[in-house]
Amino acid sequence: MTNTAWTRKDLLGLEDLSREEIELILATAETFKEVSTREIKKVPALRGKTVVNLFFEPSTRTRVSFEVAAKRLSADVINIAVETSSVKKGETLIDTGTNIQALKADIIVMRHNCSGAAQVFAQHVDLSVVNAGDGWHEHPTQALLDIFTLKEKLGKIEGLNVTIVGDIAHSRVARSNIWGLSKLGAKVTVCAPKMLIPAGFEVFPAQVTHNLDEALAKADAVNVLRMQFERDGQTAFPEQMEYFRNFGITEERIAKAKKNILVMHPGPLNRGIEISSEVADGQNSVILEQVTNGIAVRMAVLFLVAQARDRKNAIANKKRPRN
Amino acid sequence: MRLLIKNGRVIDPASKTDEILDVLIDNSRIANISKDIKNGSSQIIDATGKIIIPGIVDMHVHLREPGREDKETVLTGTLAALKGGVTSVLAMANTNPAMDCPESLDILKQIIKKSAKCNVYICAAITKKRQGRELVNIARLKKSGAVALSDDGVSVDEKVLFSKAVKKAKQSGILIICHCEDLRLSGGGVMNLGAVSTRLGLKGIPRESEYKRVERDIILAKETLGSVHIAHVSCKESVDIIAQAKKKGAKVTAETAPHYFTLTEEAVSGYNTNMKMNPPLRTQADRQAIIEGLKSGVIDAIASDHAPHTVNEKDVEFDRAEFGTIGLETSLSLGITELVDKNILTWPELVKKFCLNPSKILKIDKGTLRAGADADIAIVSADKEWTVDKKALISKSKNSSFLGRKLKGIVEYTICRGEIVYKYGIHR
Repeated sequence: MTNTAWTRKDLLGLEDLSREEIELILATAETFKEVSTREIKKVPALRGKTVVNLFFEPSTRTRVSFEVAAKRLSADVINIAVETSSVKKGETLIDTGTNIQALKADIIVMRHNCSGAAQVFAQHVDLSVVNAGDGWHEHPTQALLDIFTLKEKLGKIEGLNVTIVGDIAHSRVARSNIWGLSKLGAKVTVCAPKMLIPAGFEVFPAQVTHNLDEALAKADAVNVLRMQFERDGQTAFPEQMEYFRNFGITEERIAKAKKNILVMHPGPLNRGIEISSEVADGQNSVILEQVTNGIAVRMAVLFLVAQARDRKNAIANKKRPRN
Repeated sequence: MRLLIKNGRVIDPASKTDEILDVLIDNSRIANISKDIKNGSSQIIDATGKIIIPGIVDMHVHLREPGREDKETVLTGTLAALKGGVTSVLAMANTNPAMDCPESLDILKQIIKKSAKCNVYICAAITKKRQGRELVNIARLKKSGAVALSDDGVSVDEKVLFSKAVKKAKQSGILIICHCEDLRLSGGGVMNLGAVSTRLGLKGIPRESEYKRVERDIILAKETLGSVHIAHVSCKESVDIIAQAKKKGAKVTAETAPHYFTLTEEAVSGYNTNMKMNPPLRTQADRQAIIEGLKSGVIDAIASDHAPHTVNEKDVEFDRAEFGTIGLETSLSLGITELVDKNILTWPELVKKFCLNPSKILKIDKGTLRAGADADIAIVSADKEWTVDKKALISKSKNSSFLGRKLKGIVEYTICRGEIVYKYGIHR
């Protein structure tokens, strides 16, 4: 086990984290996983804390996962969705943040359609900010739960070959996975049509291929990204059937891959578009286990950031002279 | 009123002067420049150890008035100019109303008359409301006092319309300034397309959106035998295209802004919206090309592209922030710090880029210290350092890309038409 202490009040992305910090989250998640198997699925770790799920972009699964995680830690949870908030009336992101701070909340779990929004937000508030996905930038807890699942199934991350297939250009899941996996010593290959690999991609520690069979040949796991064909309409996008033919994860393709290849997907699934039903429900699939592990990973993250913030506040209070 | 500046290093590329001299100002004009001018009755400024240059001519400034007085006004913008040693600005046409008819120009001229603290020249629009559909009446606008035309902020997409504008501008003897951007290629991007935009997950603006339009505008200008000036050059390809065109004798001039020779796209890391501008900060190779272009003369002028925006417009998500940085107060210091101190340009070369060349391009009688010229002067302590501090900025908006940066060179005095209008830290 690692001796690193977690000192960050926020979790904004995996790019900035060290290997030790990522390992600490995974180890903490392991201890929390057991809580969800108890008859009374609750520990008092965050009792008296308020967690606000602030979602500027519709999401059900991530929001629910965070909500369940917070509740199993005994926190009070408030959900704010953009449709019901004053943001539509023109409130700025920062005003929203300072208002939630004034409610004496402790943690904000934030989803936003603009890259960098969580970072800007965290600079303006004292409470803990957990990035639940910002634009195309990062989705750290998704990558952490993917990595947690991989580690649980395969016993290690170091030396694994992991292939990520899909719309790399617009994927925060891909970006966070590449940072996290590479820091832990995995070899990452991304596979997509040329138009979905963004300019300057060399900045990422990952191999690029446009040939799925090649990408699957050595893979210990394949993470299949959700394809959003309804996207902006400005950038070139492959035709749906053609995409499935060339990049869809099918039984035939899995049959040619390593026997125990793990098939992952962040959900929600587009059956028959990026993955066939047979594979999604087949024996290589760990998709539902990812969902279960998401709870443990998010419990770990909420716990660690809250603890770090408490520690910081305690030090600050000690320093403050008493009249 | 007579004013004598003693013992400064006078740099005036127009007269190829670079030596320790005295400058005598009489009645808003430069009366004499020579050694040891004796004049008992004058007010005297001791410029020993300081550099005396013509007041800077900043040919790309957004004063925002009329229309967006919350961002900047003619008063606050020109006060900021004086602090930066700038005595003449070219005010861009993207005001509200846009500078597309003599009546609008009259509004601005009134404001200038009432509140400007330095010379303000007016750049009128090329098309009505800057919408790229219908040409303005170029001859009338010229008559109303416009010294250049630009739809700055956007390019005139229609080829035929643009050609016609260049032709008419030539007939009227007025300059066309091109904001080179193909919006279809920019595609809603918010920073340079490349490694950093990919890492940050931000939508990129490809370099093609700039240089393909530079290419087009130069070709169209050539076909019509007119001349164009390319604003805010930011990428290598644009520099190359302009270099080639100049070699072939095309009548094209170009400017860049200090942020393009100082910063790169890396500055956007951390989602600092003060680093969001259009054209965007590019790569190190582009920055190098801009520096080479300044050195070789392909880029004629340095202009700030002073683009003030309110806190509300900048303190938001990167995607939603306005494009632009203010620059009037930092332009000269950046030139000194990044170009002269690093031995890229000599002092006289820097003065050319800031003063003489923009005056020539705009065909205005500024940018020189010869006897008889308007006494627009900046006196500079080239070695003094300062740190760009938000609170000390004069501009109404504080969106500077250079906040917290240590720069060399402060303006000790700014003299406009013979009057000391700024003395370090104090406006008069």
